[in-house]
Amino acid sequence: MLAYIGRRIAILLVILFGSSFLLYNLAAISGDPLEGIRGSTDPKAKAIMEGLVRSLHLNVPPPARYFMWLKGIGGVFTGHFTLGATRDGNPVSTYLSTAIPTTIRLITMATIIAIILGIGVGIISALRQYSRFDYAMTFVAFLMYSLPIFWVAVLLKAYLAIKFNNFLVNGTISPIWVIFASVISGFFWAALISGDRKKVQIIFGIAAASTALFLTLLSITKWFTHPGLGPIMMFILGMGCAFGITFASTGFANKPALRSAQAMPVFGLILYFPVQYVFTKHPGVPAIAAMFVVTMAVAVGTAIFFAKIDRGPVIRTSVITSILVGILFLIDKLMKTWVPYINTDAIHFRPIPTISQSNSLLPAGNFWFTFLDTVTHLVLPTAALTLISFAGYVRYSRGTLLEVLNQDYIRTARAKGLTERTVVMRHAFRNTLIPLTTIIVVDFAAIIGGAIITERVFGWQGMGTLFNTAVNSYDLNLLMGVFFVTSSLAVLANLIADLLYSALDPRIRVVGKK
Amino acid sequence: MNIFKRVPKSTTQDVETDIFNKETEGLSQSQIVRARFFRHRGAMISVCVLFAIIIFVFSALGIKIFGLGYRGWWKYNTIEMTPLRSQGCPDGLGGCPTFDLLPGKNFGLGDHPFGQDDIGRDYFALVMRGAQRSLLVMFVIGIVAGLVGTVIGAVSGFYRGWIDAVLMRFNDFIITIPTIIIGSVIGFHFGNKGVLFLAIFLGLFTWSGLARLVRGEFLTLREREFVDAARVAGAGNRRIIFKHILPNAVGVIIVSVTLIMSGAILLESALSYLGFGVVAPDVSLGLLISTYQDSFVTRPWLFWYPGLFIIIISLCINFIGDGLRDAFDPRQRRRISRKERSRNHGAKNRSSEKK
Repeated sequence: MLAYIGRRIAILLVILFGSSFLLYNLAAISGDPLEGIRGSTDPKAKAIMEGLVRSLHLNVPPPARYFMWLKGIGGVFTGHFTLGATRDGNPVSTYLSTAIPTTIRLITMATIIAIILGIGVGIISALRQYSRFDYAMTFVAFLMYSLPIFWVAVLLKAYLAIKFNNFLVNGTISPIWVIFASVISGFFWAALISGDRKKVQIIFGIAAASTALFLTLLSITKWFTHPGLGPIMMFILGMGCAFGITFASTGFANKPALRSAQAMPVFGLILYFPVQYVFTKHPGVPAIAAMFVVTMAVAVGTAIFFAKIDRGPVIRTSVITSILVGILFLIDKLMKTWVPYINTDAIHFRPIPTISQSNSLLPAGNFWFTFLDTVTHLVLPTAALTLISFAGYVRYSRGTLLEVLNQDYIRTARAKGLTERTVVMRHAFRNTLIPLTTIIVVDFAAIIGGAIITERVFGWQGMGTLFNTAVNSYDLNLLMGVFFVTSSLAVLANLIADLLYSALDPRIRVVGKK
Repeated sequence: MNIFKRVPKSTTQDVETDIFNKETEGLSQSQIVRARFFRHRGAMISVCVLFAIIIFVFSALGIKIFGLGYRGWWKYNTIEMTPLRSQGCPDGLGGCPTFDLLPGKNFGLGDHPFGQDDIGRDYFALVMRGAQRSLLVMFVIGIVAGLVGTVIGAVSGFYRGWIDAVLMRFNDFIITIPTIIIGSVIGFHFGNKGVLFLAIFLGLFTWSGLARLVRGEFLTLREREFVDAARVAGAGNRRIIFKHILPNAVGVIIVSVTLIMSGAILLESALSYLGFGVVAPDVSLGLLISTYQDSFVTRPWLFWYPGLFIIIISLCINFIGDGLRDAFDPRQRRRISRKERSRNHGAKNRSSEKK
């Protein structure tokens, strides 16, 4: 195994060397860093030019200059690691160290949401192949494939941000929108559930009516201007999560799983006020992390208490439910922060921003304000990025699951008399995860490249902005710095994908020597 | 509701197999593929729409290359400025679209179907020119990347050994660089040299995925018996590659070329949006969106129409690619209608009764 990893890393280093050499020379011959100064009439121009030539070694031909750049990276072994300096003389690494966290913050949430939604929709599409839902989702996926992200971004800015902010002034939904949303929800649920015409009509009616009722209630109670969940609402939602997760993972027949999942919202209800106390008295990441650990421990403990045999699925069910309940707690706290947040002078009742990554006018030091601010700034870019990458996951997971469902071992599993849930979730879905993992890991690296446009549209100061500056000002070292980070990540992701593949799929054995 | 409940299948699988066998009896591979493609409704609609768009776009506005060219049927060009038309515009800004599909006295294209931009240029002409550019870039990238990828993949898959090692390492180098980065670096330099140069150079760097697939296909096909038979019959390498292996790999090539093309149109518009692709005074759909994105609130039509054209073209290409993939995939089974099924089932029962 170690020999295999070593061999792979050696190959990857060669690839990194080759591609950076290629890009360096390509970028070097495609632009002249002195072009802007050449035409200037400034008497100091000559001195500036000479200074730049000296500091950037422009008198050395590009292929040789590349090795000077490489020597800086090679310094990682001698402790003198450097990615060179930008045109204005600052080290590239300082720019990168602020840009990388920004970009990662930008893409993480979008990737997670896209993966969960995409795989979920893909699975349902595959199980309902050639149904109305499947056709609709195929079309939606292709549509999203074809959307230019900068175009979507402008639409999102106009409708999700500006219109939503306008809407929040009143916080009431007009009847037309209620009807529209109800019809959409009716169509969605009716398409999702297969059956004869009568059943579909009944489902359409129920879904539409409950949506209309729900929205009207929220509108009448002014929920949108004063959002919040409260212990009772959280308990109900938590119970919903418990039933949903149990249904998907083990089925209601597994009583221990259902009980321990239901215990999670009960604990939530009991601990509601203590948790609020911790949130207020000790705001910050450490307290949340500590509570997360406690939640995990409680979830595992409950599962072990309820289940005497076959504990794995039960533990899984209760852990997932407890995470969801925990997220509900965070949402509740953020909603409580909402009213004071939008009342601050910095926000002034326009909570969803269309641009930039944080609001610098916000009073500093309030953890929940900063948290909520980060969340509101993430809404638009996350929505845009999710829309784009969602499509790929839907298509891919649908295709893979359909392929797996045609395998012989699925027929064997059915012939053994296993329930369809076990066949789908344990035999089929797990096998689709193998190729999906590869795609996800490789895709994550690609999204970083794609973040260039997203950052530009939403005015984030991340890797994309650095890259834009680098290309526009012919800053070769900065460009190579950005490339170094993205391509190292891409290459690393490939390595991780390979290793995961061999870990997940016992048929693939890694061998040290060929 | 139960998602896991299986949708009941009314008949057994061998009835389906029967129908498929009967359908493909006595047909050549290409006839089967064509029949399957024609049956893919989404792909057929897309082909029609794409053809209609191509004809519409290229006839509306003339092109001039090296002094040769033709005039289109549209009365304005992309440079001419006319006074802003304010009649019937909602908030007095002027230049709003005159395109009206509702029957009435305004029905038809009108004077400025897509409106005018802020300095009075006809936006329909601009969008048409942009769509021409996008289609051109798309096809050129598809052709260049398809050719380069096929040749490199074929050579490395067929000859294997050190040629394969060198070419595939080179391929890895290119795959590692994100397309948008390499595209920006190239586009920033070649964007002002004209859209054709840009497309050719972009094509030279987007073939890597295709080359991998073609190589894989060649690696398996070259071990097949028909290749041995051809070699025994005295065929040379070139003949084996072009006459025996390539026709069998054509499905993979066509499908991934369509994927490259749908990526290409988005790549071009993204590069133009960033300012690294087509630059003014030339026009492209991405550039139009980038120029007028801030006027979305005041002049929304400047934003909608170029975006719609990008989406429609890209959507068509994606659907065509999907149809082609289904058509070339031998495992692919189409949905059999209930009528067909019962007809076949009935026939089978009757024949078994006779026995």
